[in-house]
Amino acid sequence: MSDDVERGTSTATGAWSPKIVAFVCNWCTYTGADLAGTSRLKMDPNVRVIRLTCSSRVNPLFIIKAFERGADGVVVSGCHTGDCHYSTGNFYARRRFAILHDLLGFMGVEPNRVTFSWVSASEGNKWQELVNETTERIKALGPFREFQDMTQKGEACQ
Amino acid sequence: MKELQDLARKLLSEGTVKVVIGYEEGPRGARAAFITDPEKADKLIFDTRCVQNLASYLNPRRKQIALLGKPAIVVKGCDARSVAGLLRENQITRDSVVIIAMQCSGVLENPGIESDVELTSENVSVRCGGCDVCEPKLFDHYIKSAHPTVPPVNPKRAEQLAALEKMTPAERWDFWSKELSRCIRCHACREACPMCFCVQCTADKGTPLWIDSSSTPRANRAWQTMRVLHQAGRCVDCMECERACPEHIPLGLLTRYVANSVEKRFDYKAVDDPSVVAPMSVYRPDDDEEFIR
Repeated sequence: MSDDVERGTSTATGAWSPKIVAFVCNWCTYTGADLAGTSRLKMDPNVRVIRLTCSSRVNPLFIIKAFERGADGVVVSGCHTGDCHYSTGNFYARRRFAILHDLLGFMGVEPNRVTFSWVSASEGNKWQELVNETTERIKALGPFREFQDMTQKGEACQ
Repeated sequence: MKELQDLARKLLSEGTVKVVIGYEEGPRGARAAFITDPEKADKLIFDTRCVQNLASYLNPRRKQIALLGKPAIVVKGCDARSVAGLLRENQITRDSVVIIAMQCSGVLENPGIESDVELTSENVSVRCGGCDVCEPKLFDHYIKSAHPTVPPVNPKRAEQLAALEKMTPAERWDFWSKELSRCIRCHACREACPMCFCVQCTADKGTPLWIDSSSTPRANRAWQTMRVLHQAGRCVDCMECERACPEHIPLGLLTRYVANSVEKRFDYKAVDDPSVVAPMSVYRPDDDEEFIR
């Protein structure tokens, strides 16, 4: 399993640059990100977008898997509460994210590695800011060595 | 004790239940007993060594127990919350079980063979501190204690939790890496848990392979993260997972932390009232979202 782990992106200069995975909802954030793109807003190229039907589709294991596969940061984003396409999906998701946020912190994951945000379809600018700000933040934190080393080793305990 | 034995004998001989799940004297102290013969009801005991949460045996995954027929179960107030949890999440129905609740004055952290050990703040179970369910409310039969007392408080785990919360994330990472490196992925924590009731566990699925089935640092971490998250709003802090762990990983710290987090955020504490809804299956529009940008 260790071969499929990719380290952070190498830029043309060969310097490390973070790899960030974004789980976004189809109805708001994906459309918002699309708006940011069609508006030609300048954004860091570090965020890979994965489109899901709703933020409540985000299983905590998605986030763990992203880190296992070499992500340095994760963004989870959906509609603002009250605006969910499915009426209440993000309300339930918010409860799960709250516990996930606390537990990851308790287990030693730097809380700033996982970013939760609500971005609506019309908030192209907010998406741009989120991407740039998250990239800066993850750059400051550096590569998620702990998780990646753990994954690279991959050997059985004991 | 006599009252419990008489009740069990009556229930069995009347045919109200087919099996009484309780505690009996074993070679290494109190252990779970499955009494099907009214003649053997005298085997039942209840004292400070009865630390196990027998509600695990009501878990619908335990088909071999269900085959015995309708059960009566001996519970402490804290275990009654697990039964309430199973009722709340429609895993069992109220008329499918007879609940015999015992008034409890606390149990030992590490019970042995001796039966009349006095509880002190050193040897009492860490989960007994601040117990507010010594007198259960969910029961069919209630057996009062001859000498009800409030259990003393063992501060050990609260101190451990406070120490962990003071650490930096990197220190906590190292702490859990070290603890979880001992995990042999036997899944005893899952098997012992009354609230781990999925028909098929994600950890057992191969396609897609979410969690490696072998014991590797990353799989151990993913496994415990998932297991503990699934217990959010379900865990009653019975610590069966920690007691079942052959490697003595302090799993009770993780479940307690999540239970605290649920209580703080959603104002929910495990209760023995099945009509209270599970916190993760409801929401409030004004739930705290300070962590969302």
